[in-house]
Amino acid sequence: MVSLTLRDVSAAYGGREVLSGITTPPLQGGQLVALLGPNGAGKSTLFRRIFGLLRGQGDIRVEGATVPRPIAYMPQDNGARPVLSVYESILLARMQGRRLRVLPEDHAEVERILRLLNIGSLRARNVGDLSGGQRQMVGAAQTLVQNPQILLMDEPTSALDLSRQIDLLALLHRLTREEGLLIVVALHDLGHALRFADAAMVIGNGGLVACGATQDVITPHLLRNVFDVEARIEPCTMGRPHLIVDGRAGHRA
Amino acid sequence: MTDAALAEGRRGFYRALVLRRQLILGGLALALALSVCVDLALGPARYTLGQVVEALLWPGAVDDQVRVILWEIRMPVALMAVVVGASLSIAGVQMQTILNNPLASPFTLGISAGAGFGAALALAFGVALVPFSVEYIIPVNAFAMAMLTSLAIYGLSLRQGVGSETIVLLGIALVFIFNALMSLIQFFASQQAVAAVVFWTMGSLTKATWPKLWIALTVLIIATPLLARRGWALTAMRLGDAKAESMGVRPRALRLEVLVIVSLLASISVSFVGTIGFIGLVGPHIARMLLGEDQRFLLPGAALSGALILSLGSILSKTVIPGTIIPIGIVTSLVGIPFFLYLILNRRVASW
Repeated sequence: MVSLTLRDVSAAYGGREVLSGITTPPLQGGQLVALLGPNGAGKSTLFRRIFGLLRGQGDIRVEGATVPRPIAYMPQDNGARPVLSVYESILLARMQGRRLRVLPEDHAEVERILRLLNIGSLRARNVGDLSGGQRQMVGAAQTLVQNPQILLMDEPTSALDLSRQIDLLALLHRLTREEGLLIVVALHDLGHALRFADAAMVIGNGGLVACGATQDVITPHLLRNVFDVEARIEPCTMGRPHLIVDGRAGHRA
Repeated sequence: MTDAALAEGRRGFYRALVLRRQLILGGLALALALSVCVDLALGPARYTLGQVVEALLWPGAVDDQVRVILWEIRMPVALMAVVVGASLSIAGVQMQTILNNPLASPFTLGISAGAGFGAALALAFGVALVPFSVEYIIPVNAFAMAMLTSLAIYGLSLRQGVGSETIVLLGIALVFIFNALMSLIQFFASQQAVAAVVFWTMGSLTKATWPKLWIALTVLIIATPLLARRGWALTAMRLGDAKAESMGVRPRALRLEVLVIVSLLASISVSFVGTIGFIGLVGPHIARMLLGEDQRFLLPGAALSGALILSLGSILSKTVIPGTIIPIGIVTSLVGIPFFLYLILNRRVASW
């Protein structure tokens, strides 16, 4: 099983150190991990650092990978240029680093991913004509079609309607179970994190605040200190943990 | 619909897309072949297409005179139009791709003007920028200045806060600088030298010879596969740097690599035939309109459309005034400038 371990990782952005000293236990495949933190905490920076787009101190170790390019990264901005059709742009993501010739299995894989994300009807549409949410689904498809073992997804649900948010997170959760993937998703909706994520990593103030099982990490104390809200976590009528926000904590008003 | 039929219908979309693009490429190739034949047939002595094809296929079976005119005199010129057209168009399409700007081309970035300045130094004062380039002093000078210009463009593009619009403006500034320097040279040069400089900057295929053709063709044949190898990455560049990076492309390294290759292509072309503007702008955009952004089709498409335009330009330059060959640079500019204006005025419509 694939695993990702960060040891004393730092990341600089534009000459300024944004994150430092991030150390995690091995994040194992078969898990959905939520990356949480307020705006500007450095979630995207951490993803870019892990994916190799930013330099910095520390050690990023991937173990147990069985493919040459185990990590795929879905950026927050999925591009709106009306350059390619949906089908072509998903195929393009798969073909990077490969020869020009497209094999039948590549087409089969694109088709499988289109079906998996239920966006087959968009295949002939130009990406520039899509809605923000549709483009986000295409971005998710571009990430999945690379057949990675570790997925870093930067707010993949931010432009989706509620049912699509649930569909995508449920799908990602299922993929961790069925295919042993490690999926790290940056999320703003802590309720979704509580419901779908096995583990949560919280960053703030330039470093790692907490990392562990979701229910152990998301606590009223953390919500007050990191997210600046007064909140409770209570079981709903179906017995699931539920986040109730009472208001701003007012620390930083 | 059954699952199998549904899957077939889905595949059909992509298959139809590819087939259409292959047909367009085939059509362009066919048009190019025809244009070259017509180009060969035209001149002071006119031949029929039948005679041309016969002389091409069985050079031994035709008159010596016909063979010499077609093979020794017209063929290098006709093929130079093809090779230079393809080279400039490929250079243009990749400059547009890596700088993400529809107005980038060897001409608008000042590479042609730089080459012209280098050539003028040689023509007017016999200044050799590269020692020992005696016989080829003019093209070698032109080449050296063209490469320097593109390296300057690249160097400036690395500076913080320099966007793609700025790069095109820098290119235009370079054009003005080189034009001023050219005027300075012309002011001090002899009348004869001035005439030579002016003729050179007009761009003319009549300078073509077999050896020059072989050099230009060799560069084209080496450069094209090197660019094709980066086809998927270059297509991804059109989605923007951030998106390309997320697919594993390294934009900066790719930019440098591609810029070196296309500078070579553009410099060689310009140094042999002089300033031929707008091919590197018009060729790529026609290819984009017909074929889309997938480099597997766009790259050969740009090469073919650039070659076709210059070949047609060559025909036009011979036929407008019978008995006179107008310098082809003038022809391409007259056709290219309206297209250039169209691009500027329609930027929002295109995919940029």
